[in-house]
Amino acid sequence: MARLSSPHLPVQASVSVVMRRVVIALIPGIAVMTFFFGVGVLLNIGIAAVTALLAESIMLKLRGRELGRFLSDWTAVVTAVLLAIGLPPLAPWWLPAMGAFFALVFGKHLYGGMGYNPFNPAMIGYVVLLIAFPTQMTLWPTPLGVGDGVASPLAVLTYAIGNDLAAFGGLDAMTGATPLDHVKTQLSLSQTVAEAQGGNMFGLFAGQGWEWLNLAFLAGGLWLLTNRTIRWQIPVSVLGSLAIISTLFWLGDSDRFASPLFHLTSGAAIVGAFFIATDPVTASTTPRGRLYYGAGIGVLTYIIRNWGGYPDAIAFAVLLMNMAAPTIDEYTQPRVYGHEGRKD
Amino acid sequence: MSAAAGMVTGAKVWKFPGGLKLNGHKTLSATSAIEDAPIPAYLILPLAQHIGAAAKPVVEVGDQVYKGQTIAAPDGFVSTPIHASSSGKVVAIEERPVAHPSGLSAMCIVIETDGLDTPLSTPELEAHPDYSELDPSHLRNLVRQAGVVGLGGAAFPSFIKLNPGPDAQVDALILNGAECEPYITCDQVLMREQADDIARGAQLIMHAVQATTCLIGVEDNKSESIAALNKAIDALDDRRIKVVVVPTRYPQGGEKQLVQALTGREVPSEGLPLDIGIVCHNVGTAATVWRAVTRAEPLISRVMTVTGGAIKQPRNFNVRIGTPVSELLALSGGTQGTPARLVMGGPMMGFALTSDAVPVVKATNCILATTEAETAPVEDAMPCIRCGECAEVCPAGLLPQQLYWHSRARDLDRAQEYKLFDCIECGCCAQVCPSHIPLVQFYRFAKTEIWEAERDKRKSNHARERHEFRQDRLDREEAEKKARLAAKKAALKKDTSAANPVAEAIARAKARKAETASGQPADPVADMIAQAKAKADGNKKIPEKPASTENSSSTDDPVAAAIARAKAKADQKKTDSAAPSDDPVAAAIARAKAKAAEKSDEKSDDPVAAAIAKAKARKAEQQSAPEEKPTADDDPVAAAIARAKAAAAAKKDGD
Repeated sequence: MARLSSPHLPVQASVSVVMRRVVIALIPGIAVMTFFFGVGVLLNIGIAAVTALLAESIMLKLRGRELGRFLSDWTAVVTAVLLAIGLPPLAPWWLPAMGAFFALVFGKHLYGGMGYNPFNPAMIGYVVLLIAFPTQMTLWPTPLGVGDGVASPLAVLTYAIGNDLAAFGGLDAMTGATPLDHVKTQLSLSQTVAEAQGGNMFGLFAGQGWEWLNLAFLAGGLWLLTNRTIRWQIPVSVLGSLAIISTLFWLGDSDRFASPLFHLTSGAAIVGAFFIATDPVTASTTPRGRLYYGAGIGVLTYIIRNWGGYPDAIAFAVLLMNMAAPTIDEYTQPRVYGHEGRKD
Repeated sequence: MSAAAGMVTGAKVWKFPGGLKLNGHKTLSATSAIEDAPIPAYLILPLAQHIGAAAKPVVEVGDQVYKGQTIAAPDGFVSTPIHASSSGKVVAIEERPVAHPSGLSAMCIVIETDGLDTPLSTPELEAHPDYSELDPSHLRNLVRQAGVVGLGGAAFPSFIKLNPGPDAQVDALILNGAECEPYITCDQVLMREQADDIARGAQLIMHAVQATTCLIGVEDNKSESIAALNKAIDALDDRRIKVVVVPTRYPQGGEKQLVQALTGREVPSEGLPLDIGIVCHNVGTAATVWRAVTRAEPLISRVMTVTGGAIKQPRNFNVRIGTPVSELLALSGGTQGTPARLVMGGPMMGFALTSDAVPVVKATNCILATTEAETAPVEDAMPCIRCGECAEVCPAGLLPQQLYWHSRARDLDRAQEYKLFDCIECGCCAQVCPSHIPLVQFYRFAKTEIWEAERDKRKSNHARERHEFRQDRLDREEAEKKARLAAKKAALKKDTSAANPVAEAIARAKARKAETASGQPADPVADMIAQAKAKADGNKKIPEKPASTENSSSTDDPVAAAIARAKAKADQKKTDSAAPSDDPVAAAIARAKAKAAEKSDEKSDDPVAAAIAKAKARKAEQQSAPEEKPTADDDPVAAAIARAKAAAAAKKDGD
């Protein structure tokens, strides 16, 4: 008879269940993304996942940790997928590979592995790529219904391996700016938001293709909320703060500032709110702190989108708030039973 | 503090934060009636059955004991007696394995039962069917003498909780019948079958603590128990008692959570329910208290559950305290294979047993034998991913993930900043942890580390103080010695004829003369008086006393002498309060004097009178004994006076 401490009942939850659910919740979004942007999406995910698992294995081995237990926790896969869906679906093979490697080795294991990394590893990988390879990172293939339409699998493979699209009419024919990028550029050319959103790049309420993509990710995120894999505070505060601040500016000057709907559905706001900012390890962990943490991400995203150097800003906003999370936790401790203090 | 002070009516139920919905597994054992477990061949009664001091054995190996007989007496305030649960012979008082999380052994009294279950011919306790004329303090004594402790699991001595103190205002008595731990059903069946005892127990405790309301909190999954209680209360027609149905949610039966659910008040951190006008007892305790007072039944048996997937016939027993767990497993049809785990208490807060040889104690509400499928597997934990699920379910509003972080890092100060000591160890956090971290274990570890550190600090402080005190004393003695020497030299130089030593010698001679005149051998009392006086003179601390002392010693009355000497001593002490080292001396003098008084009695009168005198002296000594602790400084003197008076009175009687 083992001598063990209470509680003695078996525990239902497990890290791998939590992580698997996150991957499952991403599937609708990935499917829609593949439909609009081509198989490059899946290729990126595949390369990133394989690289991540390899990097994880090497690091576990070097650190003398149990391989099987940690490889089967699915955290490396989640990091890889979250990184890959942020990359242009028409990219050289080494882009996702390098991002995943950097995320796992420098973003995760050098800090002590799962549970000890202060920054979101996927966003570390993403930002490294964004800064090191700005050209490859900002040229997205045109989605279905825009320009020459979705890139063929052959084109995707050719570019991924040989980094050459001459046979398909060159890179310019296959790629274009993202809606956020486009609007940002046009605004800087003294156009109004309405003029910038005039072309066939834009669909019903946001970027062509992007709107459906975001709705699919939203569905996955809501599913995670209903099965309580994530808590409501972070998604609500990220999207809420982004909506509020964009509404205020938009009401002030709708020629120079895009609508809240555009901000919520044209970039990575929804993926960020439900899947990235909710990474438990790097987020704030107190209920009240999560509200501040999420609100910070929403506001920072808006500021960088409008006045910063990058069209989208979820990654930077998340990393900045990762830094603030320990401090937020310190000052948002809940009132403990039997103690005087703040009423919740 | 949370909302809602005001009246406690039981009309509203508040929600406590966090908590878990758990599979109750209660149907396993809830349907069967309470069964009396037979007398085991051996009863093993641990001397320590609750926090506080262990009881002291008052029987010896080889003694015949009877059912209900006190075999170990309380030793200290937070301590209760232990009674023989059946008749038989004490065969050992030794270390035996006991039910304790550490798996260690502890002192036990082992009784080989004779199967006759013979009660004491005259019960130690007096039955008080009508307790209403008894004052609360008397009730408390009865409850203590009956060895009653809380039966909910913590086994805290009940008489202490029956004593709210003179200033406390008790708004309500809460009886805890929530029984939120899965599997356990002993309170459930007890409420169903002995609701009347519980309701009467409620009345009795209300009388003891002067409460005007009683709320009995029961989870809504125990409808039969609720009905039985309501029926019993109706039969008593007591509108002060009310059954309040609370949601089935673990840990609803935690004292703090139940208080919050029933009153909306929170027990202050590090405080007691009494601080917010609440007294809380388990339902089983109420019934036991009632039987102890009205039927003079000490706590020698309790109702408990034997259950779990590995038990063939789960059920509830009325078990004699001291019955080995192995006997109960056998009585329940045995186990199916080796249980994955044998637990004393519930699955959430109970502790795993290393052996089934351990006995049932007063705190044992359940023996749980689980199958593999019911048991958390033995595995390595994953790292914490800070998901915060633990914080969502914590009923205390703590951040278990932060407590874990700091406990693990042994950053004990930070752990305390995160209110480690408000953790009730309910286990909710560990139950939802996706990384399967044994969180509660970390908190227990951190708590013991902190206690250990505080103990060490106290010890070293104490040692330092003692060292400094000793140093002071040595310095003072040295100074006094020098002063005396200097005084002596000066006296010798100035005037050799009028020195103190001469006076002292005269006093001694006088005393000796008086003794010889009364035809007695050298009287140690008088001797000591003379010494004391001389010392006092020497110290020059009580210059006004010597005359009277001398007078009384010359009358040769030992009583008066003792009183006078004692007074002198007391005075001396007052003037020299920094010298508690005088105590042993005073005590020794008192003892010597008492002995002398006895001796002189023996000499002068018949043996009967002497015996009476001795007995009275002893009685006086006993009476003064309880006061010894609180007033340790004064009592050698007081005791000496009392004894001397007793001796004098005896003499008069004899005459």
